[in-house]
Amino acid sequence: MKYPIKSDGLPGTVGEGLSARGVTRREFLTFCTSLTAMLALPPAMAGVMAEAISRARRQSVIWLSFQECTGCTESLTRSHAPTLENLIFDLISLDYHHTLQAASGEAAELARIQAMKDNDGRYLLIVDGSIPTGNPGFSTIAGISNYDMLMETARGAAAIVAVGTCAAYGGLPGASPNPTGAVSVGELIRDKPVVNVPGCPPIPVVVTGVLAHFLTFGSLPELDAQGRPRSFYGETIHDRCYRRPFYDQGKFAQSFDDEAARHGWCLFKLGCKGPVTYNACATTKWNDGTSFPIQSGHGCIGCSEANFWDAGPLYRALSMPVSGTTAMLEGAAAIGAAAGVAITWHNRKTKAAAAHETVTVQELLREEK
Amino acid sequence: MNPLDLLTFARGSAMNWALMICIVGIMLRLFEIIGLGRKQDLSKPRTVTPGSGWRTVFTRSWPIAGMMKREPVTYLAGYVFHVGLLIVIFYYAPHIDFIRSMTGLNWRGLPSTLVDAVAVASIIALLVLLAHRLTNPVKRLLSSFGDYLAWGVTLLPLLTGYLAFHHQLFEYTLMLSLHLFSVELLLVLLPFTKLFHSFSVLLSRWYNGQMAARKGVAS
Repeated sequence: MKYPIKSDGLPGTVGEGLSARGVTRREFLTFCTSLTAMLALPPAMAGVMAEAISRARRQSVIWLSFQECTGCTESLTRSHAPTLENLIFDLISLDYHHTLQAASGEAAELARIQAMKDNDGRYLLIVDGSIPTGNPGFSTIAGISNYDMLMETARGAAAIVAVGTCAAYGGLPGASPNPTGAVSVGELIRDKPVVNVPGCPPIPVVVTGVLAHFLTFGSLPELDAQGRPRSFYGETIHDRCYRRPFYDQGKFAQSFDDEAARHGWCLFKLGCKGPVTYNACATTKWNDGTSFPIQSGHGCIGCSEANFWDAGPLYRALSMPVSGTTAMLEGAAAIGAAAGVAITWHNRKTKAAAAHETVTVQELLREEK
Repeated sequence: MNPLDLLTFARGSAMNWALMICIVGIMLRLFEIIGLGRKQDLSKPRTVTPGSGWRTVFTRSWPIAGMMKREPVTYLAGYVFHVGLLIVIFYYAPHIDFIRSMTGLNWRGLPSTLVDAVAVASIIALLVLLAHRLTNPVKRLLSSFGDYLAWGVTLLPLLTGYLAFHHQLFEYTLMLSLHLFSVELLLVLLPFTKLFHSFSVLLSRWYNGQMAARKGVAS
């Protein structure tokens, strides 16, 4: 027998929506238990979270997309269907989102203005994509520059979630030579709490976790120095990688199709950036816990780290120089040899001449005596 | 600048410059030493023992009988440190990868845990050697700033590498950057300090052996 979610009677709540979609209390509690575990909260918080979320009114969310590729939205909405993460995502009141909203043109912009007015100081602002600070015309929506739209919408937001590496750090648009002068949300907004959820794309459950935490406690989860939820970005991919024992044993794949790669050995030598990438891919995994890049045979590219595009070639091992070449060493050796020869020549001319002792006939005669 | 940017700088421009200064310095000093020239020795060699120089290169690399009793600390800690350092530098897989990327040379590494243990032994040996240098009156008298500098810049890469490997002190990305910077400091100073013995040691042993043989002390 299926037990409905407790607060199904309250109209307009998340619980009502979940109930209507046939989600049982047991399923919802299981989901909340895993969320509390991932957020590193005490186990007893699962029930509190379930209660709080199901009783919560649908949270107004405004989603702004700037210089981005929509990969973040794709990741969050089409990761696996239909998951509870999706349902939670559906059950927020997503008042503005280019890709998902039916309205267009002026109607779409009116929806954003209306949501800002109705939920002033309470709505959650989610941003994906970086903001160009060069020519305002580089990226506009309804004739409004990204910068102006962010500043206008951020003013009344309770908190801001920068989803994806572009919004969190500038990402691909911000990579050298950064033609649009792209910056992150955090670089422009200083007076509001900004949560960075980096990743290209980010793990869907991280966004769900932040939303759940906000709905339960009315506050943001604990963040690290870079503004990331500590519970998800506290450890490196390498530390949690199932291939780690091979690294410790010195067993490495030398190419993507050699015997070692087929045995599932460590991908460090193929450029895996797992040791310097802080994310939860190795534990939460992707596509409903199916796999993550390393498990499918490709090294981590470090997509959730700031400026990872400019951190050297993707397929160069972390222990290799970023740009050093053999020719560079050969050139240095040639210069050193030439300098050595020049010094030798100089030494022989000056020091040898100075050390040369001249002996006079008188001195020889004196010695004979 | 975030830790990854620092690491990119350490792996990029900083490493390139350090490597180039090191190579230029090594070549310059080798050419300078070889080309220095000596006064022509007009005397007749006392013994004619061909290959004396080459033999000395090997015989001086092995411990002399009785050394263990006379200088046990220098003897043991010296060997542990030197052999350990060679293993750590040339048999840790990421280090081999570094050398491979620059020279194309490649060989099999040892398990990381084994290299880790060797690194610990090398660090302990270095600390013992410093303590001995400070407490032994003869060694202390013979030591100058250059000796302590060489000791310091050799310890730093070992220590930072160990800390990075074990995720100690700072987070890994920052610690790895510090490790690379310490290696770069070592590379830059190597040709111009006593550390240059790593390149001149065989040359000087050969020369000593050859000259000793000429003077009647053949090896």
